[in-house]
Amino acid sequence: MSIGIYIAVMAGVTYIIRMIPLTFFTKKIKSEFVRSFLHYIPYAVLSAMTLPAIFYSTGNTITSAVGTLVAVLLAYFGCPLIVVALAASLAAVITGNFI
Amino acid sequence: MNNKFLKGMSHGIPIALGYFSVSFGFGIKAVMSGLSVAESSVISLTNLTSAGQAAGVDIIAAGGSLLEMIIVQLTINIRYSLMSLSLSQKLDKKFTMPHRLLASYGITDEIFAVCSAQTGLLTPAYMYGMIFIAAVGWVLGTFLGASAGEFLPQSISSAMGIVLYGMFLAIIIPPAKKEKSVLFVISLAALLSIIFYYFIDSVSAGFAMIISAIISAAAGAFFFPVKEIKN
Repeated sequence: MSIGIYIAVMAGVTYIIRMIPLTFFTKKIKSEFVRSFLHYIPYAVLSAMTLPAIFYSTGNTITSAVGTLVAVLLAYFGCPLIVVALAASLAAVITGNFI
Repeated sequence: MNNKFLKGMSHGIPIALGYFSVSFGFGIKAVMSGLSVAESSVISLTNLTSAGQAAGVDIIAAGGSLLEMIIVQLTINIRYSLMSLSLSQKLDKKFTMPHRLLASYGITDEIFAVCSAQTGLLTPAYMYGMIFIAAVGWVLGTFLGASAGEFLPQSISSAMGIVLYGMFLAIIIPPAKKEKSVLFVISLAALLSIIFYYFIDSVSAGFAMIISAIISAAAGAFFFPVKEIKN
């Protein structure tokens, strides 16, 4: 299948999700369950995307594991996104030079 | 170029810098998954989102179906509808329908966060300034990552594959530290995802992620209902 079709579908779906509420919805969602579900969805999605994929993200399990450990620690201590992301990568590079 | 546009741009600079480095990692990942530099850049220009693009590239690389693509994008990006909903209450009356249609393009986690924190109503020029600079950072980073991915030493380009995941951890861990409900949701989602990965290989990666996320978020909503959604 053409990559262009995939990209058009990705972009179209993503745009429609953003556009519909901004242009048409004015009322608040009333259902507590639905609101709670939508509140938790981003965390659930990011977690399911990250694990276990992060351990294969550099093509080497050891450098990935060191990068993951660094990311978890820095994130735990509240470092900014950009610092956590780059430090994880740097840790993987450094580890890669030793193995 | 008016004042509000410049103000939006200046508020968007930190976002653009963050996006640049993260999308650099995305560009490398996309090229490693078999996409061209141009295709990777077009994905960033037209989607302007991290998790959705990463998952989308995985589906393209795996030759997944368009239905899978639609469901994955809906699941990952449905959070934007809540952000849009929230921002729709905060728009200045200059926001006519064409402006709303245009600004919808640029609603991301970070832009939403900065816009929500503004006192007073949001004007189109302000939002356009912020979206413009953020998108420049995002697309430029992707382009350079995708291009340099071919020239960087293998050890560095492969290590960049972890950048996006590092950012995801930085998004989910601090709230999990504060709220046990979030800790519960991310732990369950990770556990289910790991079970799918190692034990249930008949389910594709995209659907495994969706199923894991929906079950955990629903369990979170059931056991820890949220009374008030904070922005």
